[in-house]
Amino acid sequence: MQANLRVRRYDPEEAEPSARMQEYHIEVPEHFTVLDALIQVREEEDPSLALRCSCRASICGSCAMRVNGQAHLACKTRLSAVAPEGEPVTIEPMGNQRVVKDLVVDLGVFWNKIRAIEPYLQPAGPEPEEEYIASDESMQNLITPMGCIMCGACVSDCTALEVDENFLGPAALAKAYRFVADPRDGASHERLQTLNEYGGVWDCTRCYMCVEVCPVGVAPMDRIMELRDSVMNEVGVTTPGARHVESFARSVARSGWLDETMLAVDSWGRFNIPKLLSQAPLGLRVLVRGKLPLPWPFHHKRAGAEFVGRIFKRWESKKQ
Amino acid sequence: MNRFAFYPGCVSKGSCPELYESVEQVMDLLDIEVEELTDVGCSGAGVLTTEVSDPINARTLAKAEQMGLALMTICSTCQGVIGAAALRLQDPEYRAFINKEYLAAEGLEYKGTTEVKHFLWVLVEDVGLDELKALVRRPLEGMGFSPFYGCYLRRPADVVGRRERRTYIEKITEVLGGTVVNISGKGKCCGFPSLTINEPNALAMTAKHTGEAKDNGADAMVTPCPLCHLELDGEQTQAAAAARRTIEMPILHLPQMVGLALGLDPKGLGLGRHFVSTAKIVAQLEPVEAAVSAT
Repeated sequence: MQANLRVRRYDPEEAEPSARMQEYHIEVPEHFTVLDALIQVREEEDPSLALRCSCRASICGSCAMRVNGQAHLACKTRLSAVAPEGEPVTIEPMGNQRVVKDLVVDLGVFWNKIRAIEPYLQPAGPEPEEEYIASDESMQNLITPMGCIMCGACVSDCTALEVDENFLGPAALAKAYRFVADPRDGASHERLQTLNEYGGVWDCTRCYMCVEVCPVGVAPMDRIMELRDSVMNEVGVTTPGARHVESFARSVARSGWLDETMLAVDSWGRFNIPKLLSQAPLGLRVLVRGKLPLPWPFHHKRAGAEFVGRIFKRWESKKQ
Repeated sequence: MNRFAFYPGCVSKGSCPELYESVEQVMDLLDIEVEELTDVGCSGAGVLTTEVSDPINARTLAKAEQMGLALMTICSTCQGVIGAAALRLQDPEYRAFINKEYLAAEGLEYKGTTEVKHFLWVLVEDVGLDELKALVRRPLEGMGFSPFYGCYLRRPADVVGRRERRTYIEKITEVLGGTVVNISGKGKCCGFPSLTINEPNALAMTAKHTGEAKDNGADAMVTPCPLCHLELDGEQTQAAAAARRTIEMPILHLPQMVGLALGLDPKGLGLGRHFVSTAKIVAQLEPVEAAVSAT
């Protein structure tokens, strides 16, 4: 089959470095992956093309890059799947990370975030005479996050990282979950306190991008949601994010539907007077346009609210 | 005639009343008949844990099932969250657990048969693009629209289903006579989930997407998600100020764009309720009579 590749090139050693797209048109076997095609380009067409790869079998996580705008492992992406009719395939380096050359990015940002969550067990209490024992059952939840191959695809496409480099990001947070949920770890509370801060679990936008691009099914966003629950249970409701969840649940349990106005007030803090005052002009503009739903106690109960409330009560009793 | 159980969601009954107003008028013209579910709960929007939102959504799905109708949503988030719950409830063991623990007390049982469809999907898959085209009275010629989907109409893939659903806004725009102005952020987060939690992040996302639409020459953006609308319209002025630029990009709800092409009155479609003025869009519209006589 014909492979029509449009590869983003960048060479910092050029006199005036700037990114450009370069096209390669090569004949390849049907079973070729994007990585196979790039290696063929490098070996037969253009030895100056820089890319990173190793195992070619989705194990090492070296060859993550953007294929048609989305992060993929190049070795796991068949050309016939992304360009069955020989359509042009756009190949670019991962996002949210500095490009070193062509398709190679500086993974420093990725590893710094992983290091920041202290990715090692910190057992508490006296050391056992032999190894630390954990039951099979208690480790079941950890299988998925432990499958992370550190490829950086989720970091590449994270929509929060795109605007805020301070965010720990999906890979590091999924790794944090792996230690928080490990029964042998003794630092879970301290970890959760850190994750409750700016840059932690509350800065995830829940956009599912990391779930979509993860090549091994870690589903980092789902792990982040579990960490949010743990933060609320163990650290408490101390941040706008946690207050947001609490207010949301309170209004739905009480009335069956969302009290949008109270949700905003609660998230900022009911006694956060400067913030509330700063929002007064916005409130007025919303009111003028007939778009300000009346908050509690004027927020009316919806029909069926008692049944929704009963679901909450039942859930809470089961939790206890 | 297409019939659905209608789940309008909280926001179309709260801070985006123009979405409810516009979809009602458009459904009339498209011969979509709905029975609104008025006694069901909020989907949880992905904010509530699925431990509590799944039973609430199972209850909604059971009510639609009793009516023998598919469930129609008009919000990307409601669609994604209820759609994901419906997918989990395909598991007979999990469904039996939810029925026994939560729904039985009300005498309800969910059998797992309710299809959940966003209005965007209904337009293409049930009404049909040919039918829609035949109803156009005021083609949106010469006007450029940037699609903005909302995360949950793009991901996760198993909940969204058919891959072509990711291009439906573009198809509808073309059928209505408009021009698609693509933006790279059309499937990304608008910023709304971070608005009260990390406002600078939310504003940066909004400025990025609306700014890209402006830079690419769009006259308006169009979204099937009221939460995206709240952010991209309601926060755009602050976002532009934070990004130190001028944007002024009108944001239309999907049924508003359809309604304009079907000849409905812009004011009746709630275009006057927006924060970013839609006056330039309205000024570009031909009077219906002239548009009809020209076609």
